[in-house]
Amino acid sequence: MKESCFTLEKIRTLTEDTCELILRGDTSAITRPGQFVNLALPEKFLRRPISVCDWWEDTLVLLIRAVGEGSRCLTQSRPGTVFNVLSGLGNGFATSSAGARPVLVGGGVGAAPLYGLARRMAQVGTAPTVALGFRRAVDALYIREFEALGCRVMTATEDGSLGTRGFVTDSMAEACWDYAYVCGPTPMLRAVCDLPWLTDGQYSFEARMGCGFGACMGCSISTVHGSRRVCKDGPIFTREEIVW
Amino acid sequence: MVDLSVTLAGVKLKNPIIPASGTFGYGREYAELYDLNVLGSFSFKGTTEEPRFGNLQPRIAEAPAGMLNAVGLQNPGIDAVIDQEVPHMATLFHGPLIANVGGFSLREYEDNCRKLNDCAPVGILEVNISCPNVHAGGQNFGSDARSAAQVTRAVRAVTDKPVFIKLSPNVGDIGAIARACEEAGANGICLINTVLAMRIDLDRRRPLLANRTGGLSGPAIFPIAVRMVWDVYEAVKIPIIGCGGVASAEDAAELMMAGAAAVEVGAANLRDPYTCKKIIEALPALCSRLGVNKISELTGGAHT
Repeated sequence: MKESCFTLEKIRTLTEDTCELILRGDTSAITRPGQFVNLALPEKFLRRPISVCDWWEDTLVLLIRAVGEGSRCLTQSRPGTVFNVLSGLGNGFATSSAGARPVLVGGGVGAAPLYGLARRMAQVGTAPTVALGFRRAVDALYIREFEALGCRVMTATEDGSLGTRGFVTDSMAEACWDYAYVCGPTPMLRAVCDLPWLTDGQYSFEARMGCGFGACMGCSISTVHGSRRVCKDGPIFTREEIVW
Repeated sequence: MVDLSVTLAGVKLKNPIIPASGTFGYGREYAELYDLNVLGSFSFKGTTEEPRFGNLQPRIAEAPAGMLNAVGLQNPGIDAVIDQEVPHMATLFHGPLIANVGGFSLREYEDNCRKLNDCAPVGILEVNISCPNVHAGGQNFGSDARSAAQVTRAVRAVTDKPVFIKLSPNVGDIGAIARACEEAGANGICLINTVLAMRIDLDRRRPLLANRTGGLSGPAIFPIAVRMVWDVYEAVKIPIIGCGGVASAEDAAELMMAGAAAVEVGAANLRDPYTCKKIIEALPALCSRLGVNKISELTGGAHT
């Protein structure tokens, strides 16, 4: 964990409620895809935990969906805005434990940490297959970015306006994979976890956090190993640890 | 050279700044950021007899100038705390620790304090009769003078360590409750715990916290803490640890002028984990500005 300042360099609108933020600052504490940063906002008391989409040298990429006041305020920020950031939080994905045929499964803005993961997997071997689910075609994001890494992207939308009609699990109803990296809304995590043929994987959880670094116990969840903090012991939990 | 040391019921602290229970865990996460030995002490996570998971998610909510929590005294239970956490804390912090003690019955408070009595690194017992987030316990004991005195008397009988009773702000006459604790043998008072509060999710039309209510902390409650520390200072002679919304050296000095001998810093640690260190570094210059050579001279300084 490191406290430092990041300056917003560029903000790009991806969908009607989601933006890509490119920030400059010290990324040295970020060691794994799937970790998160905790941004302080001048008008809010609690920091806002945001999953790292990607990072290199002094560049940090975040995808933020405006769902509440805090995230809305982030998506309306102007270039030049300086944020106090706690970076390098959480455990992140462990790429070493993947099986031979991994698939990355994302729901909505949950695609964010999977991109940083996919880029690193592509760098050291082959670009993984990615399954992305969205509500409608206009909500789809980062498909081209994944494709640019060489990933095969399977898409599902709830209204059928893009790709397979249905949930992300409907787009991947072929048992070609033995390991999943998953990030998205909780019902989606659970649906992927329940796929009988997908025996193993890592799932990114979210929770309302007080501190984001393991001190306040605000985000504890039950696992088969007992209570675990989403912010410190997670946010990535393996399939066998999860208690729904 | 400004003397920052303070004495709480015979226990000397190198300065009056103490991270508040529940915001500092067992010190581990903060020890990665700075040397905990700069602190006056620290009050570790509230301890109950049995391990507790606490309340369901969500347990945290934003508030104007603060936050709500409904963690519900999550801890591994007193035996694990004494066997594993206290020895580890003693390696991180070499001064006297403050043990925050929870309980659901008089017997539990007694047993917990008896066990902690043999823990050398623990300098002070902070008996929490004010947790708003557990049912049938905690705050029930702190809500009236008679039961507060009962708990005080019970724990006073089983320990040689100084006993500070942590009081709730969610009461009518705080002075009367503090006086009852003093008369029952308390060595000090700690206040305030969080203020009982609630938020509602507009879209779901439901309370935001799974526990429905939570405890409000942060700058929003600071003026309440100042007023209640003031009232208790007028009511008792024993030392007061002031707590509630402190985020700066100025806040700490203000709470001391209201009557606090030492100051706990809670929610501010969660937003800025360096808060306590920054406050301690700012205290000498502030004391000089306020014209005191010993910070302890600030205590009660606003009373006439």
